[in-house]
Amino acid sequence: MDFIKNHWKIIVCGLFIGVVATLLQKFGNPANMGICVACFERDIAGALGFHRIAVVQYIRPEILFFVIGSFVSSLMFREFKPRGGSLPLVRFLLGFFAMFGALVFLGCPWRAILRLAGGDWNAIIGILGIIIGIYIGIQFIKRGYTLGRSYPAYKLAGLIMPLMMFGLLLLLLVKPSLTTGAPFFSEKGPGSQHAPIIFSVCAAFLIGIFAQRTRFCTVGAIRDVILMKDFHLASGVISLLVFAFISNLILGQFRPGFEGQPIAHTNYLWNFLGMVLSGLSYALAGGCPGRQLFLSGEGDIDAGVFVIGMITGAGFAHNFAVAASSAGIGPWSAWAVIVGLLFCLATGMFMRKRIA
Amino acid sequence: MNRKILDLRGLSCPQPVLETKQAIENPAFESLEILLDTQTSLENIKRLLGNRKDIEYKVIEEGEDFKVTLLKAKD
Repeated sequence: MDFIKNHWKIIVCGLFIGVVATLLQKFGNPANMGICVACFERDIAGALGFHRIAVVQYIRPEILFFVIGSFVSSLMFREFKPRGGSLPLVRFLLGFFAMFGALVFLGCPWRAILRLAGGDWNAIIGILGIIIGIYIGIQFIKRGYTLGRSYPAYKLAGLIMPLMMFGLLLLLLVKPSLTTGAPFFSEKGPGSQHAPIIFSVCAAFLIGIFAQRTRFCTVGAIRDVILMKDFHLASGVISLLVFAFISNLILGQFRPGFEGQPIAHTNYLWNFLGMVLSGLSYALAGGCPGRQLFLSGEGDIDAGVFVIGMITGAGFAHNFAVAASSAGIGPWSAWAVIVGLLFCLATGMFMRKRIA
Repeated sequence: MNRKILDLRGLSCPQPVLETKQAIENPAFESLEILLDTQTSLENIKRLLGNRKDIEYKVIEEGEDFKVTLLKAKD
């Protein structure tokens, strides 16, 4: 009982995300992709024309309102603290390469869990990859890896990310039709599949608030278990998995197997290594892609830089045939993951203040 | 008494809690003062100290920051 008493908030947060994500699928979001921070940022990159893959272009309101929800919550609870300046370019590239890994596997840690909850067993290999990636990251952190401290920043600087999200919301609602065709919205494929905007907005706004309050973080969850045998965040992630699974059963969305899973492929090696790359990048940047959104909402400009790195990485990954698809990995997936791993390993190894 | 001070402000997760953990696990640990700038780091450190009866700690708000003083409990 003590366990529930100490961790109920984070367990409820996981429950809420799990159930809402599966409902978003029910109402129109792609299968096993009720929420995927990586995929949705990739869709935004597509809508802005950073890549021209016609089937994955949409301004996903979930991403916008994760940031806005967290922003409002941090204002309400006096935790809005604009800060930044901790090696932004490195954080940009960590986000950039994290997206490579995510698009080779086809999902962020949240989607990996949602895929598992939907019966996609390929996700197990991906989650294993995340754990190994985080484990490697922890070894660097234990040996003094740091990107250095951030410093308090101007209030206005902390408002940039939330304001950018409002700008994207305007693009989504107004849909200006420029002669260039931008913003682009998919007419078929995953990008065309989305829940009603009002439902996505409300769901994401509430998740933004809950996650800001509870510090929900999939990467922190695994890291705290390995590093400190602390199951606080992990109880939230397990709750997400369990309740998404139950909800999928009720909604008839549970279809177990390896083959023919929605927006997934069965290349075990690169599913694994892609997620090792992502897990390591997230660990080195201090949080999962969802957490980076929530942090950017509460004024963490470095987290905002990571997010923009991810969106840029998505554009690059699709333009340069790095991203995988249901048909399998892309011609350049493997090389891109290797380059990303080398970058992360070098970052972890050489960016440290002392040898322990 | 010469008290060790750790300035952990502005560091990404999990560096503040990890550095605190490493400091209190050092056999020479007697007392420590740490500076934090986010509620999140403070919560992490409270969870770290929550199940340790051998350390007493006190949190003081200093403007935007938190100062935590840790002391090895006398038994």
